[in-house]
Amino acid sequence: MPAHELRSNAARGTARVPAVGAPVAVADRVSWIGAFDPHLRSFDIILRTANGTTYNAYAVRGSDGVAIVDTVKQEFTETFLRNLESVASYDEITTLVLNHLEPDHTGAVPELLRRAPHLNICVSPRGVQVLRALLKDRFEDYSVTVVRTGDTVSLGDRTLRFLTTPYVHWPDTQCTYLEEQDLLFTCDLLGCHFCDERLFNDQVGDFRFSFEYYFDHIMRPFKGYVVEALDLIEPLEIEMIAPGHGPILRAHPREYIAHYRRLVTSRLASEVGGQKTLLIFYLSAYGATSQMASAVYEGAAENAGVRVSLFDLQVGEVTPFVDLIEEADGLAFGTPTINGDAVKTVWDLLAGLVDIDTKGKLGAAFGSYGWTGEAVAMVEARLQGLKMRVPEKGLKIKLHPTEEELDACRDFGRRLAAQLTGQAGPREIDFADLQ
Amino acid sequence: MAHAKLTFDDVALTVNVPSGTRIIEISEKIGSGITYGCREGECGTCLTRVVEGQENLSEPSVLEQRVLKENLAGQNDRLACQCQVLGGDIRVRPA
Repeated sequence: MPAHELRSNAARGTARVPAVGAPVAVADRVSWIGAFDPHLRSFDIILRTANGTTYNAYAVRGSDGVAIVDTVKQEFTETFLRNLESVASYDEITTLVLNHLEPDHTGAVPELLRRAPHLNICVSPRGVQVLRALLKDRFEDYSVTVVRTGDTVSLGDRTLRFLTTPYVHWPDTQCTYLEEQDLLFTCDLLGCHFCDERLFNDQVGDFRFSFEYYFDHIMRPFKGYVVEALDLIEPLEIEMIAPGHGPILRAHPREYIAHYRRLVTSRLASEVGGQKTLLIFYLSAYGATSQMASAVYEGAAENAGVRVSLFDLQVGEVTPFVDLIEEADGLAFGTPTINGDAVKTVWDLLAGLVDIDTKGKLGAAFGSYGWTGEAVAMVEARLQGLKMRVPEKGLKIKLHPTEEELDACRDFGRRLAAQLTGQAGPREIDFADLQ
Repeated sequence: MAHAKLTFDDVALTVNVPSGTRIIEISEKIGSGITYGCREGECGTCLTRVVEGQENLSEPSVLEQRVLKENLAGQNDRLACQCQVLGGDIRVRPA
């Protein structure tokens, strides 16, 4: 079907439903050629998808060629290629833009390249690493251009400009801007898992929950990078945002950008000011770890540069703690060792931190034990796995602490505060001390 | 055996290490925030800023050079899982 015969949903106010698998005119000479997956109920194992998702791919026609922007999950390759063939022939395709190389966007790449081996692939600097892994021995057979912010590709009377926007949500992610039409292809950024064949945000059902749910689980761990991406995007003139999943945002696209800006901003204004924040969480079976926690708190609180908070995890909800931790500078976890392990509630909280950015925060662990005391080292290892720095060796005390041991806990708190405020004096050790 | 002083700014700690030691052998043990992914020089997760003493590190291999480039590394960035300290003083921090 030639492009001019496409079912057009571009005219606003008409909620016409395209046949499954048919391409959709998104804007002048821009077509959606993706696939609907309404029966998907779980995405990447971790996300629930109550009404499925879409894999959005696009074709942009210029006077000197056609660009394909992203593809689809592998099992939808046939649908994608059928849609593509409806709007362009393979020999017309000059460019394949891969804004993100996760399999749900690159599943059709091998077959597309088999049919159009001449096209030039545009990827971000980090994207080329994944492309190499994707194409394996065939990588050298294709034309690949590494693109960075400001680089452009001409399609004649249409120009694609690239914005390197890493970690939203993979290292390779980028956005592509169609200059002449103020149309921004964002792949996962500003997307969501919501399947509605009406496709446009002014026509589909209520996807607000899906939009925020997607942000919370996909983008939130990379908030700092989302801010950098928004800084690049906000100055652009934007008529439409075409993401890789979910509705195309043609009505009030700026409101979605503004909403992202709100989502990356603190929910409550912090009263802490210039102080560093240290959160101490603990669990205690017989009161020993609780005593330690109070002493660590006392020691840290002596430092005027640190605002310290103390929480008993036994009676706390995990989710609000995750919110607090997201904005804290330092975390200390007190856990007894029970059955050779830290207590499950601690692991539950630590597991919840996968949704936030903890890189570079100060981490510490302490706890009382009866026989073995492995919990402290286990928690420290997890904190390091969360990309936190753990400069103070964890504190373990057998059974209830003595007064001297409580002094050691206070000193531990003081040292944590000093690490937070940059007051920790330089130390020097020998390699042999680490063996 | 020749030694080097390797300082991790983010935890304010200097370690006296034998020449030939890789940063990865030290940073985790002392709790530095330098983090690792593949540990084989391919993923770029352990990108590390060399604050001082770049000349006291081993030359990057072809693989490390490629990974540094593809990860948009700065002039003073190295992969902690790859580079070895040769001697003198070196100061590093997570990039």
